[in-house]
Amino acid sequence: MTIANTEYAALPDARGRFGVYGGRFVPETLIPALDELTQAYAAAQKDPAFQQELDAHLQDYVGRATPLYFAERLSEEYGAKIYLKREDLCHTGAHKINNALGQILLAKRMGKPRIIAETGAGQHGVATATVCARFGIECEVYMGEEDTHRQALNVARMKLLGAKVIPVTSGTATLKDATNEAIRDWVTNVRNTHYIIGSVVGPHPYPMIVRDFQSVIGREARAQILQKENRLPDAVIACVGGGSNAMGIFHPFLHDTTVNLIGVEAAGEGLDSGKHCAPLTAGAMGVLHGSASYLMQDTDGQVAITHSISAGLDYPGVGPEHAWMKDAGRAKYVSVTDSEALEGLQKLAHREGIICALETAHAVAYLEKMRPQLTPNTILIINCSGRGDKDMSTVVRSLELA
Amino acid sequence: MSRLSEHFNTLRARNEKALVCFVTAGDPSAEATVALVETLAKAGADCVELGIPFSDPLADGPSIQASSQRALENGMTVPKVMEILRQIRERVPDLPIIPMTYYNPIRHYGLAQYAHLAKEAGADGHIVTDLTPEEAEEWKQISTQEGLDTIFLLAPTSTQERIEIVTALSTGFVYCVSRTGVTGVRDDVPTELKDVVSNIKAQTDKPVCVGFGISRPEHVERIAAFADGVVVGTSLVNLIHKERDNPELLEIVYQYVASLKAATK
Repeated sequence: MTIANTEYAALPDARGRFGVYGGRFVPETLIPALDELTQAYAAAQKDPAFQQELDAHLQDYVGRATPLYFAERLSEEYGAKIYLKREDLCHTGAHKINNALGQILLAKRMGKPRIIAETGAGQHGVATATVCARFGIECEVYMGEEDTHRQALNVARMKLLGAKVIPVTSGTATLKDATNEAIRDWVTNVRNTHYIIGSVVGPHPYPMIVRDFQSVIGREARAQILQKENRLPDAVIACVGGGSNAMGIFHPFLHDTTVNLIGVEAAGEGLDSGKHCAPLTAGAMGVLHGSASYLMQDTDGQVAITHSISAGLDYPGVGPEHAWMKDAGRAKYVSVTDSEALEGLQKLAHREGIICALETAHAVAYLEKMRPQLTPNTILIINCSGRGDKDMSTVVRSLELA
Repeated sequence: MSRLSEHFNTLRARNEKALVCFVTAGDPSAEATVALVETLAKAGADCVELGIPFSDPLADGPSIQASSQRALENGMTVPKVMEILRQIRERVPDLPIIPMTYYNPIRHYGLAQYAHLAKEAGADGHIVTDLTPEEAEEWKQISTQEGLDTIFLLAPTSTQERIEIVTALSTGFVYCVSRTGVTGVRDDVPTELKDVVSNIKAQTDKPVCVGFGISRPEHVERIAAFADGVVVGTSLVNLIHKERDNPELLEIVYQYVASLKAATK
């Protein structure tokens, strides 16, 4: 493996490349805005006042540091030491706010009076609406119409926070199409608008910026596990849609080559069914939403229709850095089905009293597949990326609990 | 010299501006596209952009999105569009034709294989909407080898530095987007447009064509006063869709395009 010699901090390169992935594949109109964002971010990184402001809000508004919780009864079940990084305890109920907060502070620095965002499960939309309310900035959120139904609670939350939610009916009416529509809005209103992308996807510098703002998860988790166990974990497990919670917890462990990084994609109704969204497991290289990465596509290079029970994972692309980490062999990408995820969700609820999001449930469900390799000395960290309230109607329907 | 450059030279000598027309290949059908492009040429179109549909056209407004979707539902693929182009080329040997698409379909086909296929089918060059010069190194090299023009885009937001990069790399013509935004019919011509075009023309002798939001002869006339050509897309796509079952479709399209062409003279 060549990875041990690689300087991760150097990636992406100046063109926004992670190996052959990443880059900027967008209409020309947006290039100056991406340059402006790159410069504003570089300036913010050098400004101690920016980091202080971010840290203060992360502590007092978001509620960081989040706990690294030893899941005792789950550990008994699997015969290993399992820790949960409790991002579900963040304000708004998921890790998404770490990035939304960082980006709104950048938008303020750039003097942009209007914010737009795309959202799938609604967690990024809620996080963006929340920080916009907090800082008094106008906010519009694009959301696939199908997702507005399956995540109705989050639509109501965004509206209550003062954001305008715009249902998107084009294409498959899910996250992919909401992202198309947000990019179209940005192309049109680029002069006064900042687009807060919610995952480690999109044109450079977004995959880098979102990764950096989410890396607080991994930095905390690494320090916490060293304090509790006096050693690094054997594996870190996270679900991967676009891949922001996974990148956030993986990145600070990249140089710790003894730590296995495992990203869990959504296999939907099964990889053989074609109804899934597992580009890293079953896709091929392609270009969508501004960057080159793995992509679900048909034989003619048209983007494929995806399916997952989890709206937040229902996306045909994935962040370019994940594509690079897969090819480099630094992370392993696997998948679990809708029904396996539902079992994982129930197991965590029954054993730990934690109802996680359907996205997170994919990471939990992978424990079942790891079971044969686990020993009492195995230490695992699962990124508990979000809470499950938003998914209750889907879960009730799927499990016939009503 | 490319067919496109030669044609612009001829127009310049005649003190005339270019009318560039966009249609989506396969909407309403493959056969209709062949007949429609022939009609565009007869009505005076100087160049035709032949849209290869993509599932996620993020620079396009609702009309061309819907048109792309219809074309995909009609079974359009990269090789099928090239077959349409081949048939068009037999009927209109001299018309400059440039496929217009997004990067993923041609990248997925294989850039070198695709460029070869396109050249063989009779293409003169390409517009790849989401491919900017920074990402186009390989594509530029392949296009040059095949003798295909590469038309890159500029926008009202483009800085001086970008104008230099884009005009240097473009061949055939430079495509200037009339406003920040996606394709679609608009009522007005932006007041800043004249300055945007002048600024580009100060940088290059290559022809500069303006597109996005242009639908009426009066728009064409106003823009032709300072640009080398105008691109009309959405309104034509809308007209074709509206009249698709009308036996007079070709005649209606002819009249519309002839009225636009008259405004370039």
